[in-house]
This record gives sequence, structure tokens and C-alpha cells, in this order.
Amino acid sequence: MPEIRNYTMNFGPQHPAAHGVLRLVLEMDGEVIQKADPHVGLLHRATEKLAESKPFNQSIGYMDRLDYVSMMCNEHAYVMAIEKLLGLEPPLRAQYIRVMFDEITRILNHLMWLGAHAIDIGAMTVFLYCFREREDLMDCYEAVSGTRMHATYYRPGGVYRDLPELMPQYPYSQWRSNKEVDRLNARRSGGLLDFIADFTRRFPANVDQYETLLTDNRIWKQRTVNIGVVSPERAMQLGFSGPMLRGSGIEWDLRRKQPYDVYDQLDFDIPVGRNGDCYDRYLVRVEELRQSNRIVEQCVAWLKANPGPVMIDDRKVRPPRREEMKGDMESLIHHFKLMTEGYCVPAGEVYAAVEAPKGELGVYLVSDGANKPYRLKVRPPGFAHLASLDEMVRGHMLADVVAVIGTQDIVFGEIDR
Amino acid sequence: MSADPGITAVATSTRLEILAQAVTAALPGRLTPVANHTGELTYEVPDTELKAVAQVLREGPQLKFEMCMDVCGVDYLSHGRDEWTTESASSSGFSRGVARGAQRAGEVPPGRRFAVVYHLLSLSLNQRLRLRVFCPDDAAPMVDSVTDIWAGANWFEREAFDLFGILFKGHPDLRRLLTDYGFIGHPFRKDFPLSGNVEVRYDPEKGRVVYEPVTIEPRVLVPKVIRHDNRYDPALTNAPVHTASLAKPDA
Repeated sequence: MPEIRNYTMNFGPQHPAAHGVLRLVLEMDGEVIQKADPHVGLLHRATEKLAESKPFNQSIGYMDRLDYVSMMCNEHAYVMAIEKLLGLEPPLRAQYIRVMFDEITRILNHLMWLGAHAIDIGAMTVFLYCFREREDLMDCYEAVSGTRMHATYYRPGGVYRDLPELMPQYPYSQWRSNKEVDRLNARRSGGLLDFIADFTRRFPANVDQYETLLTDNRIWKQRTVNIGVVSPERAMQLGFSGPMLRGSGIEWDLRRKQPYDVYDQLDFDIPVGRNGDCYDRYLVRVEELRQSNRIVEQCVAWLKANPGPVMIDDRKVRPPRREEMKGDMESLIHHFKLMTEGYCVPAGEVYAAVEAPKGELGVYLVSDGANKPYRLKVRPPGFAHLASLDEMVRGHMLADVVAVIGTQDIVFGEIDR
Repeated sequence: MSADPGITAVATSTRLEILAQAVTAALPGRLTPVANHTGELTYEVPDTELKAVAQVLREGPQLKFEMCMDVCGVDYLSHGRDEWTTESASSSGFSRGVARGAQRAGEVPPGRRFAVVYHLLSLSLNQRLRLRVFCPDDAAPMVDSVTDIWAGANWFEREAFDLFGILFKGHPDLRRLLTDYGFIGHPFRKDFPLSGNVEVRYDPEKGRVVYEPVTIEPRVLVPKVIRHDNRYDPALTNAPVHTASLAKPDA
């Protein structure tokens, strides 16, 4: 009789379900996981160290590349930390724009998560539907910042520029029929806000579509119900946040509990799960899609009615306009100093946290009074979640590891930094 | 409109005062408050007291910090030292006016170089607190691990060990986390160059990947400048952390 013993299996880093570059060393007893040891760091770029060698504003773009599917939320935490140290309060319109784009980002992130999670477990169609809506939201990103993903749009004291009056349109070309171009441009006839308003009207029906495919799907439920159960006490012990915490039944959302920007002016609900399994976390995130849509709707209505400045008028932080520099000596000096040296931030330390789509994304910033951060620490939500992977998959089958990785919404840009 | 009633009812400053009083009542004389202008509570704790204090902070009825959101290392080697001599540099030119942080690094009082910073969060009472502990030994910095109090600190401590070389006594599995297998050094220390020490390439003659000393030279694009701004209160903002808070806790 052959000797029966555990064997060790390597999962990733080149595995489609590893969500990037996760390497898992799994100790198996037959098909049952005895121990999972995640090896991370393959995407480590030392963002925090790089930020120490650059003026404050030059690191905003790095923040996009942390959690690269919820870009603007990362920027938000970083600029909020700087604003707290400088004692700045951005204008109301900038706050609404930020909140609107945070929620657009949340929809982007959850759509990516939903599609990837579903395709990991075997549902191909959802992925295609999700990416259809993502494309529209990426267009919003592009209209406002010029890039589809890594926007670098937020600034300490506001946002880079106001929302565009006109949405860019597709030109007629040999790649598409004229009829198709007209169809695409029909929604783009107004400004960005009209385009987003149109999106918010369509989106609830789209969420219904995803739910039709998954929520009562027998296979989906077999793959997610009672998989990766985390009790509320354990979730707190392990430092969970965001949907991972709410899925376990704890009602905790920074947007409500420690509101930043204008979240206290907006009306939305916080969905909470009951069992703490993958299925509950799925339900929580799908409901968050609907709630984010509500917030975006409210922001659009406010922004349409209230024009105004989108950046503070502090010349020590905000570079002057190009036309002012042509005739004004002071503006030229300010521009030169801001571009070559940046602004100095008073010494001190601050922790600014936002409710990113994955959970609490915190930025701990230590300044020694210089024009560069002395120490920047990003507290990524996924880091705490992945650290508990071992605990969550123990005793489950190999195929369930994929479900748990999916439900944790892992992105390595933020975990490895 | 829909904000949590607990937040709007009591102003943030009073909430902080209540928490500060609760901390002083629960841990008399064991914590040193650190002045801060950002409206956050920061305390310094001696390394010998860390675990006892952490336990009280977690269990105390008015504290209830169930969650440890973040543990991070800080290296105060070049804190408060600029790379650019603002007065005399303009005549000598950019490249001679700039000195890298490590070169200008002066004396840090012993036991004030490496710190570990904990960010605690209480879900039930909706409050945050920052705890800082300095490692007494600069050569082999070591503090107690808090993994048995907050399990979530596990990976954060591994990261601090990896990047700063801070040892956590009692940690169940203190391995490197983010850097490469076989990496030498602790890259987030201030005396570790930004460009690293080794670079990697494939050597076709040897038929394998080889490690070589870096060929690029470190350079400064924007020098670090510290300017004192009279708009900010100097008593709060211009105090370097490692010298200002040298005072012993009021025992």
C-alpha cells in the first residue's frame, strides 16, 4: 500500500484566477487545503519610498497605480492627508466632484470584481456585460482627466479642472459604420454631467441583468454559499474593512461613520450581510452598486445647479493660470517655485482614511516641514484581507480557494505597493 | 441629512477630549501625549509597556479599540534635515548645493531612530488613536509583537520587519514579505539608497540571472527644502519628533 501523505502545491503567480501576481503555496490533503501561504511582493515598486524623494504633488499619479481598479479613491486619501496637514478646505463644488468620482470609481471597481469573480467561478457572460458598463465610466474618466484609468485628477485643495461642458464624440471613420457612430454619439451630445445622468438612468436595469444571471443561479449559490465564512468577531480581529466587514454583519462604513467631503449631505443606505460567506459579500457589493448609483445621481443634480470654483484660491499651493503669468510678476514667481520646488507642508503627522471600494484605504503621512513627505504609509484594505486567506480557506477544497480569492477582491497594486 | 447621529450630536473636538480623558484615566502616567495640529490623538509608549498598554486599549470600557488598522515602521534618521542650503547654495550651483539625506544625516539621540506606529480603531465607539513606540536599540531594533492582541497585525509587522529590519518579539512567523527571495538589506531605511544596491540581468555566457552592483548613480531632481512658514503655529508644527518628545512620561 502506498504511503499517504500531504503534498504541497504551487498556485500562481501566472494563474488566471490569481488576480495578478499572487503566488500561493498550498499544503493539501487530497483535495482539502491544510495550509495556504501567500507569497506576495511580486509587484512591489516601493511607492512609499519613491514618494519620499518627490514633492507632494508629484506622487498623486503613483496613487492611481496602487489599487489600479479604484484609482481616484486612492488619490482621494492622499490629497486628504495633505489637506489635513495644510489645513485646507476645498470648495464645495470640488467636494461634490470628488464624491461623484469616488462613487463612479466604486461602480468601476465592483463591476471589475463582479466580472472577474464570476468568470473565476465559471460564469462567462457576466464578465462581458460588466465590461460594457465599465467602458462608459472609463469615458467619464477620460473626459475629465484625459486618461481612461490613471487620472491624476484630484489635487490638494480641489480637483485639477472643472467638468467639461462637452462630452467628446466619436468621429466618423472606416472602423465603424456611420450608423453605429451616430448611436454612440447620441448619448454624448451634451456635457459630461448629461452623459453621467444618462448612465445613472440606465444602470439599475443593468444591475438587474447581472442579478438575473447570478443571484438565484443554482451553480453560483453552490459555489459561494457557506464558503469562506468569517464571524464578526474574527473579522474585527483580522482588521477587515469594507464589504468584507459588512458581509459579516457589522454595519461600518466610513462614508457614514466618519464622513469626509460631502458624504454627510447625501442620502444612501449601507447594505449589511448576515452569514459572512462569499454569497453575502456578493449581495453586499451588488447592493453597493445600486447605492453608489444613487449617490452619483444626487451629485449630478447638485453639480448641475451649483457652478463655482473647483480649486482653492491659495497661491502657495495652487499654481496660477497661464494667462496671469504672462503679465504678473508674482504669478510667474509662484509658478516657478511651485513647479521646481513644490510647497512645504508643516511638520506633523496625519492619518486620512477613505472608504475605498475594497475597504478602508488609509494614508499615514509624516511631514518634517519639507516639500516632500518624510514618510508615507499606505494602509491597503486588501493587505489585511489577503493576510487572512490562510484562515479562510483552511478545510475548503482547492476550487474554493478561487472563490475566496475572488470574494476578497484582491488587487496586487495596493497589496504590494 | 443621513449622517450618523453620534457624529453630529457631539463635536469632534469634544469627542477627542473625552477619549483623551478616558485614556489618561485607564493608563495614568504610562503614555506620553504628542502635540499635533491635525486633530488626532497620538501617544508615545515605552517599549516595555507596549503589550500591557495595548491590552488595556483593547479591553477598556471607554476605549474598546477592537481593531488595529495599521502597523508601520518609521526611520527618523534624517527627520528635519534638508538637502539644500538655501542661503549659500545659489552661488555654488545646483549639484554642489544638494546633499543626499544620508550624507547630511547627523546625530539621532540613541533609541530615537526606529519607531513603530500603530493606528487603532474602535468600531463600537467610533474613535481612532495612534500609538508610537521607539525601539531602544538602533543596531537591532526590537519591540514586542501585538499579534496575540490583534491578529490583523501579523502581516503589517512582517512588512515592518522586511522594510525596516525591526524585529517583533513573539511574532509567530517573522519572514520577509514584500522583497525578493534572498534580498539583502532593509530598503525603507533612510540610509538605503533609492536606486538600491544590486541590479539583475540575464548573463548569456553563464546561462543564468546574475546580480551586480548598480551602475546608475543616485541623483536628486528636486532637493528637499524646509521652509518655515509663518502662517502655521511654530510651537505645534516645527518640532522634530525625535527631539521634542524626549521628555519622560509623567510617572
